[in-house]
Amino acid sequence: MKKFLFATAAMAIVSASAAYAGEVKIGIELGFTGPIESLTPGMAAGAEAAIKEVSKSGAFMNGSTVVPVRADSTCIDSAAATAAAERLITSDKVAGIVGADCSGVTGAILQNVARPNGMVMISPSATSPALSTAPDDGLFFRTAPSDARQGQVAADILWGHGVKSIAITYTNNDYGKGLADAIASNFKAKGGKVTINASHEDGKADYSAEVGALASAGGDVLVVAGYVDQGGSGIVRAALDTGAFDKFYFPDGMIGAKLEENFGKEIDGSMGDNPGTDSPGAAILQKIGKEQGFDSTSPFVPESYDAAALLMLAMQAAGSTNPADYKGKVMDVANAPGVKIFPGELAKAMKLLKEGKDIDYVGASAVELIGPGESKGNYREIVFKNGKITTVKYW
Amino acid sequence: MIDILNALAALANYVFVPAISYGSQLALGALGITLIYGILRFSNFAHGDTMAFGTMVVILTTWWFQGMGISIAPLPTALLALPVGIVVTLVLLLGTDRAVFRFYRRTKAAPIVFVMASLGIMFIYNGLVRFIIGPNEQRFSDGARFIIKAREFKAATGLNEGLSIKLSQGITVITAVIVVVVLFWFLNRTRTGKSMRAFSDNEDLALLSGINPERVVTISWVLVAILATIAGTLYGLDKSYKPFTYFQLLLPMFAAAIVGGLGNPVGAIAGGFVISFSEVAVTYAWKKVLVYLLPEQWAPDGLVQLMSTDYKFAVSFSILVIVLLFRPTGIFKGQSV
Repeated sequence: MKKFLFATAAMAIVSASAAYAGEVKIGIELGFTGPIESLTPGMAAGAEAAIKEVSKSGAFMNGSTVVPVRADSTCIDSAAATAAAERLITSDKVAGIVGADCSGVTGAILQNVARPNGMVMISPSATSPALSTAPDDGLFFRTAPSDARQGQVAADILWGHGVKSIAITYTNNDYGKGLADAIASNFKAKGGKVTINASHEDGKADYSAEVGALASAGGDVLVVAGYVDQGGSGIVRAALDTGAFDKFYFPDGMIGAKLEENFGKEIDGSMGDNPGTDSPGAAILQKIGKEQGFDSTSPFVPESYDAAALLMLAMQAAGSTNPADYKGKVMDVANAPGVKIFPGELAKAMKLLKEGKDIDYVGASAVELIGPGESKGNYREIVFKNGKITTVKYW
Repeated sequence: MIDILNALAALANYVFVPAISYGSQLALGALGITLIYGILRFSNFAHGDTMAFGTMVVILTTWWFQGMGISIAPLPTALLALPVGIVVTLVLLLGTDRAVFRFYRRTKAAPIVFVMASLGIMFIYNGLVRFIIGPNEQRFSDGARFIIKAREFKAATGLNEGLSIKLSQGITVITAVIVVVVLFWFLNRTRTGKSMRAFSDNEDLALLSGINPERVVTISWVLVAILATIAGTLYGLDKSYKPFTYFQLLLPMFAAAIVGGLGNPVGAIAGGFVISFSEVAVTYAWKKVLVYLLPEQWAPDGLVQLMSTDYKFAVSFSILVIVLLFRPTGIFKGQSV
């Protein structure tokens, strides 16, 4: 009994002293297990790099340190994700959350945990258009663009290449459906014809039946809004084998080394887009990544760095770590006017904010928040030449 | 006239060629199921995963051969690796039989006990395969890809519609024909085959006439190992290899065996093609074919698709239910379930 009492007392002292030392905790909730577990270690490392930078600078909130706390969103299990977010807020007492990653769990956390607790969350990778209109009490931001924006860009690229009719197939989930609908509506608005907009299931052995339906509908180009290591490649394979389509359009989920490896010259002339920018921020983050041992060219790593940076900059601008105080500052620090801030300049930004000056955070992904607090998005248009993905230009 | 040819080309490209090769793969799988049902008298739920196991061994051997530079181009190396796959699968099946099924045969257990035991074995095989090769998709086809390419067909014939036949589809059909011919010769002409059929028709009479039951059982596992490995490898070559899709194949294969008549080899083959043609035809969008055949003003606006391709498995299920309701013994008279 004595021992137990002592232990409890010791615990109380430890937790009390932790709060006393001017330590700010930031939750990083990403899918460390689940379908995107290969991406999340890099994303977390990106966010933690920003946190380390600020913590070391000593300029944050009168010399407070910042500590990251990781939690697992699982990417697909909303119950597990909300429980993890609950833990971050109630037991870890974080001041803000970087996350979540996948659109479905992000929406669940926003409605079930963030809004009831008044917690700010900035997602680096949730791209579903549904999140733009979801009620968020001004608590939700994302450094990744909505797929609705990618739909516009894709329709522009297709139309620009003189494509008049398209067939669309999408992977049967929030991402695929949202993106396919965005491309279809934007393409129709330009006067193009969408012959079919049909889903496909991932993980099948054979997609010849799906391609049969797509071929019946016809079209100049087949838009494959799927995943390169899932059904998307199966669809392209079956379409090439039956001669149903020989030109494709690949949104971001399909762009990857695997696409070159699987098809190479067979899909020459096909087009596509994925998030990307020629802003100098990305290169600076690459250097930081090399020093700290993470790969900043992996998807959503720059967005993760920026999400964490924006959280801390907003806190500094508001002079408070209370979400209710700083939530209104996120848009201010992200957008013009002000001094442009790139990765590695967070200490400078903290000083400027303390002096009461404006900043315009550019960061690693050229962040500009629009509408309900989501990135405007920067896209790289690509084309297949000699079996290689070649950059055409940036949007 | 040219319209009719175009319609035929489209029909062949999207319906006949895929359905015939898929049907051959199903038929080989259903033959294995039907043999076990006829001789050992239970539905073997582990059959899909037996196929996955056999194919896995073939894939690993193929990679080994490729590493050594052995190839039989333009044919896929996997054909060369088939015997290894069959032998290893046979060892696994006989081991399972000795460890599990023989015990239940001795205790004269009810068929449902066998079925449940096979369900357990299915899970064990499931884990075994994932443990060795992992749950991901594996590609192991090499050699030439096409017999006829869609674009070349168009250029050669001047038609609007292409027709492509993959080498794997050609190999599937030819192999299936050879395997079926040999199997029927074995069952109908050889002494061992006849003793197996006798055992299947009437176990007690067969025992009285001096047929060794353990020998019959062993031979049927040999046949199952051959059929399952070949069916699995052909499916993997033609489509792709992923342990989970082999587990899913269990439904259409059982549907094929039951539709044809459980225990009846001819029925299994017919059932395989009935299932594959209905799956493909019901989910095909017929617009492409109809556009050529109908007068212009009748051309359909919609896709003329009876069911979305997502419901492919529902087709096998419905056929299964209809057959069980109206003709429980199947098209060809087999045993009722």
